[in-house]
Amino acid sequence: MTSPTLAQHVLAQAEDPGIVDETGPILDWGFAAEIFPEMLMAFLKVTLVVTVVGTIIAAALGLIIAIMIMVLPRPLAWIVRWAANFIRMTPIVVQLLFLFWSFLWLDPMVIGVIVFGVHYATYMSEVYRAGIESVPQGQWEATTALSMSAVRTWRRVIIPQALRSTVPALGNYAISMFKDTPFLFVISVPEMVTVAQTIGAQTFRYNEAITIAGLIFLAASYPTALLISRLEKRLAYAN
Amino acid sequence: MDWLDEQRANFEALGNFSDRILDGLITTVQLTVISGLLGFVIAVVLGLMAGSRSLWLRGPARVLIEFFRGISLLVLLFWLLYVLPLFWIKYDITLPAPQDNTFATATIALAINYGAYGAEAVRSALTSVPRGQWEATTALSMSWPHKMRRIIFPQAWALMIPSLTNLWVHLLKGSAIVSIVPEVNEFTFELDNLRRPTDIWFSHAFIGLATYFVLALILTLGMQALEARAKHKLGRGPSLWEILSPDPRPTPPDAASAAPPRTKAATTRPRAGKETE
Repeated sequence: MTSPTLAQHVLAQAEDPGIVDETGPILDWGFAAEIFPEMLMAFLKVTLVVTVVGTIIAAALGLIIAIMIMVLPRPLAWIVRWAANFIRMTPIVVQLLFLFWSFLWLDPMVIGVIVFGVHYATYMSEVYRAGIESVPQGQWEATTALSMSAVRTWRRVIIPQALRSTVPALGNYAISMFKDTPFLFVISVPEMVTVAQTIGAQTFRYNEAITIAGLIFLAASYPTALLISRLEKRLAYAN
Repeated sequence: MDWLDEQRANFEALGNFSDRILDGLITTVQLTVISGLLGFVIAVVLGLMAGSRSLWLRGPARVLIEFFRGISLLVLLFWLLYVLPLFWIKYDITLPAPQDNTFATATIALAINYGAYGAEAVRSALTSVPRGQWEATTALSMSWPHKMRRIIFPQAWALMIPSLTNLWVHLLKGSAIVSIVPEVNEFTFELDNLRRPTDIWFSHAFIGLATYFVLALILTLGMQALEARAKHKLGRGPSLWEILSPDPRPTPPDAASAAPPRTKAATTRPRAGKETE
């Protein structure tokens, strides 16, 4: 799991600073432009795909977990809740490594999507729980008065009302998942930061690759965060 | 019987590796505690700046918070380890270089990243302190340090603890990525060594995930105790001593209405997550 090039390079650099070209500028714009397309491809093909698919899994599974905790009989609900707590309170990195070594025949990217989806589902289930609890008691009573079935009650009355207020919080977790995707480095999925590190190891020019990676992250996550905080204010105003 | 023999072999291997695993655990705890405290200092400084009215303080704080929240932890770690040393080489800086003490570099990276998240929690807690309290300190013409230390911060402190607890657990979990940093042999790194003589279920699930879970639980319980204490000091709940005492003394009527700290923290969690993520 420890990339040998990484360790060797840092140690080599510590022992022999001459290994680095110190005559050139710290940021070589020509080189940056040269590697930019490769990094952008890694971003679009891996980082974004993992984030989007992971978010879809997390949003669906989170709702299922939240409903399971509310409708299952007590001992089962207790088991589901503590299983969710367990997943939430343990590191993604260790979960990734665990599944990676358990299922060596699976594509690491699939493992990444599953781990991110399940991990963030446990967070999102808490958001859904708060949303479901905020549905007024009268709505539940009304469904009983209309003798609606349990499935119909959830599908037609409770979930549509609960979902509205949860959107910003879910969006924030999606951003947080996006910023955690570099952890895929440990199971050698070629996402953007891994590609940046590989470029650095091959050319001994880390500055451009890693700086570009950081800038792409900033450029993607900050506007999304702004959008979500506006949505949040709007929803708060609507209520 | 096969399975039992296998487990015996696993535990034997664990016995042989116990020194290293324990060292790794201590390193992880050190990382979590040191960068947690450092991150808290960063969070308070940036949070106070971001909550101030002066643009000269608020502007830089906002830029720093958004910047360090926006780039990923691993990018920050790589940047400190690979890019920053170049400045040392190029400009002949005589200070200790980032690659000489990778533990310190990793600690600082964790502290900066989670400190930026914490700053947002501190700022929103400060703004949640009722307006009247701020006005009262002005009316009493208290100096800024005086009013912060005596009036505003103690109230904001009780409000920010749940978010800070979440962040600290995040930091503990995030510290696992430090295993890729050379010469920092923390718990996840040592787990990978344990994986070779044992099987993955034993090393990563039974020992690894379970240990992290217990650490996170200890952290959460400790912070909940701290929250109960902060609330008691504000006169809004039973003291820690009363909660922990084996025979519950009759609580005074006004304290009885306050919910026990456990449920309080549980109900604030989703909101706290919304603010800090």
